[in-house]
Formats: sequence, structure tokens, C-alpha cells
Amino acid sequence: MKRKEISVIVSQKEIATGIFDIRLRTPMAKEAKPGQFVGVYPKDKSRLLSRPISICEADPGEEILRLVYRAGGAGTKEISAYAQGETLDLLGVLGNGYDVEKMRDKDVILLGGGIGIPPMLYTAQALRGIAKSMVVVLGYADCSLFLREDFDRVTKTVIATMDGSVGTKGTVIDALEAEGITGEVVLACGPMPMLKAVKKYASEHGMEAYISLEERMACGIGACLGCVTRTVETDHHTHVKNTRICTEGPVFDARDVDL
Amino acid sequence: MNTQVTIAKVTLKNPVMTASGTFGSGQEYSEMVDINRLGAIVTKGVANVPWEGNPTPRVAEVYGGMLNAIGLQNPGIDVFIERDIPWLKENAPDLPIIVNVCGHSVEEYLEVAERLNDQPVDMLEINVSCPNVKQGALAFGQDAKVLEATTRAIRAVAKKPIIMKLSPNVTSIRDMALAAESGGADAISLINTLIGMKIDIHKRQFVLANKTGGFSGPAVKPVALRMVYEAAHAVKIPVIGMGGIATGDDAIEFLLAGARAVCVGTMNFVDPRTTIKVIEGIEAYMERYGVEDVNELVGAVR
Repeated sequence: MKRKEISVIVSQKEIATGIFDIRLRTPMAKEAKPGQFVGVYPKDKSRLLSRPISICEADPGEEILRLVYRAGGAGTKEISAYAQGETLDLLGVLGNGYDVEKMRDKDVILLGGGIGIPPMLYTAQALRGIAKSMVVVLGYADCSLFLREDFDRVTKTVIATMDGSVGTKGTVIDALEAEGITGEVVLACGPMPMLKAVKKYASEHGMEAYISLEERMACGIGACLGCVTRTVETDHHTHVKNTRICTEGPVFDARDVDL
Repeated sequence: MNTQVTIAKVTLKNPVMTASGTFGSGQEYSEMVDINRLGAIVTKGVANVPWEGNPTPRVAEVYGGMLNAIGLQNPGIDVFIERDIPWLKENAPDLPIIVNVCGHSVEEYLEVAERLNDQPVDMLEINVSCPNVKQGALAFGQDAKVLEATTRAIRAVAKKPIIMKLSPNVTSIRDMALAAESGGADAISLINTLIGMKIDIHKRQFVLANKTGGFSGPAVKPVALRMVYEAAHAVKIPVIGMGGIATGDDAIEFLLAGARAVCVGTMNFVDPRTTIKVIEGIEAYMERYGVEDVNELVGAVR
């Protein structure tokens, strides 16, 4: 059940330049699935809309959601300044998430690029014991490898950096090719150029691909039609080739979307 | 204490409605809001056929408000009749339904109005003021003569009461209100969004793909209130006021300025329960000041 609710900050720290790791106590942790997101509201009343932030980890027992996000704009910068014990309003849990059960007994590759890396952690954790095999490939700008240890604890992790300082020089696709990694299904989250490349790569290699898209949002629940992506077929909601990222997504079968 | 208001012979149990485009057809928000408590629902604009809307980005936040350039993406009247009206009738049988109607031409408005003639809906709100659709729409809402003729044409075909939704992007809102009234409108609603813009100085480009978008949210409230006051004092037909309403006190201001009912729009995104809080806030105000009938407040500040 979606709702707006107060959460309490358990901890918050900067884990790389401009990248913040926040843990929030909220019952939403009991419902959160990999690939879903929450809307985090700034408190400054000049900033009205919630910021969609993907779920990095959820602990249903302790009711803790972990979010790792980039403080890029004024709203996320404001959120990054709050400390333990302070509260934040959340709208959640939002979006469809990855269909983990669909990965049963498959060889799965997880690709995370930049601030698309955090949601792949919870996804990798959920796939343990479900996927036949799992490799995570993380693409960073430089040697600031946030969350790397967290991934290492879950599965085999391969690194790509754009500046070549660690692992394969280039993108996550370059790392796949350099390391000769193959699989049946790709799950990916990252910037649009990366997702376009993943869609193309999966299609050329006869792999299934599920990609998580991002767009500026207003309501977050499918009412305003602000965040849409172009689709190949007509969408069931509006009967046009545009579908709501916040509701039908953010995770799509790469074949269904026209990037 | 009476909170009922009547617009074009349709009685609403309280004067609080949703603003078109901010609440879909109710399904999405019904998880978080008891829609049966609303005075009425005003649905997302619907055209004769599905509309794709504009490219993204379609929304942007600005100080105290937001810009949108959705471009009226909608499934068209067939799907609306097959899916959205039955859903509302099943889940909120007593909730008055006001259907927002959009079109690129008078013929398209007429087609939708005719299709709704035999449907279980209570009123039509005619969107002649969307700033994000290039062809038509706004063209009908910025020239008093065209607005009057459009109103008259729809009035001749529609069996339901019609509310003309006015654009604030005009020189004289008074002239536009009078034009709608003289064309036969049963009521008017205002304001639609103000045309705005945002530029990303780092990328040196417009934030919205459409370049411009409709400005809404608490920041527009003083402008909306002034326009509602001017319109309400120009016409005899009921006025529905909106623009940045966030609280019961905001709604009371619009009623005092002359609105018979109000809509909550952008604030639904900020707090899905805003409509309910506005209803409760109006009741609290009435109790505090011993107001027996909400209608006493309408236009009380002259």
C-alpha cells in the first residue's frame, strides 16, 4: 500500500564525493522490493516535490531502508544535511522493481553505472539462491568505488572505470567484453547512454535485458503523467506509445521501450 | 453546519474538488485518499482520441511551485467511458464526476461532449486554457469572442452543465469571464496554469522539452486569488477557484473572494491527503467562527 509517512534517520554519511549513504527507519522496509524506489521530500517549503531515490538495501526485520544517492541539486543537498535522529517524509514504496523470480536458475549479469549502482546491491542480495550464477559489473567514473565492499560480500564483482584507474578502462560493456562474461539475462541501472548500449548489446547477444529508467517526476504514483518513456507497443493505461516510468516502471524489458 | 454547495443544480457535499490533471481519474490516489469524501472529482482532460502528449522532460520544480508541459496525454473518450467512469461509479457511487474535456478544434470538443451526454457524469469542464498544446486549446481561451462562440457551440450540444476553465494568460480575466457567461456557460473555473520557463544554466538549455510549461503550486496563489475575485465580481454564474491551495485557510480565502467551490491541484503531489486536510480545515474554520452555512462565506469580502 502506497503512503506518505515519516521516517527517522538512523545514520547518514558521505561515502564518496557528493554520494550519500542514508539509513531510514520506516515500515516501508518490509514491503520494498529490489529495483523499487521511494520519494524523499525536502523540508524547505520552496521545494515541493519528492525526490525519487532507488532502494539500495532493505532490512524488513529492523525496518530500515538504505538509500545511496547523489546530492546533485538543491533538494538532495538539503536532504544530505540532515543527521541521525531527524525525520524525513517518504512516499513509497514506488515502482515495479525487478522480477526476481523470473531469474530462477538463470545465469544473470547485473550492470550498475554511476548512481545506478546502489539499486543493484539489493537486487544482487535477492538473487542469491535464485539465479544459477551471478556476476556484478560496476561502472564508475574514477577510483572512488563506493559500495564496492558491499557487493564483494554478495558475489563476484567486476569493475570498470572511465579513467582506467581500476579494472577495465571504459564502460560496463567494455568490461563484459574484456572479461568474456556471458549470461542469459542482464539487469541494468545507470545513465541513458549506458542503458541504450545495454539494450543493443543484449539484443545482439540474444539475451534478455531488464533496465531501470529515470525521469523527472512529480506525483510518483502514476497520476500526473510527467515521467513517461517511449514504448514500442501501445501502453495499457493511456493507449499511446508512452508509458509511466513511476508506475509501469522503472524497470522495463529493454525490448519494450524505445530509447 | 452546512458544507454543501450547489453548482448548476449539482449538489456537492463540500466545496473541495480535485484540479484536472493532478488526480488522474481517481484510481491512483484512491490507495491513499478516501475519494468518497471529496465534493467532486475533476478528471484528467480527455479528448476524442488518445493523445500522446509532449516529449520529456515534462515537469520541473521551481521556487514554491512547479512547471508542467504534459501536453494532455490521455487515452481518449472510448477508454474513458469503458474504464474510468465505471471504476468511479463502482468505487465512489455518490461522488459527482466532472469530466475535463480537451480538443484541438471546436468539432473535437463537441464530439467528446456528445459522447458524454448519455453517460453518468455530472458536469463537463471545458479546457480552453491548456498552455502546453500548440494547436488549439489555448487559442480558444485567449480571445473573448472565440471563447464566447466556443462556449455557445458546446452549450448547444452538451446535455450536461458546462464549466469553462479559464486561462490566466490574458489581459482581462473579467472580459473572459463575461464572454463565457454570455456564451451560456453554467459556471467558470480558474485559474489554469500561468505560462512559465526554467533554464538549466549549466547545460545552457531549457529544462522542459517544450521550453515553456504551466506554472502552478503555492507560489501562484495570490495571482489566482486576485483573478477569482475579479471574475466572481463580473459574472452571476458560479466560480470555481484554484491556484496553489494547500490548506483549509487557503480555500477559505478563495471562498471569501467569491468562489463557490475550490480545487486542489499541485499540492496533491506534495501530500496526497491535501484534499482531505482542506475539507477538515474548512470545517474547523466554520466551527471557530460559528459559520452555519459555507455559502455565507462566498464573496463575503468585497
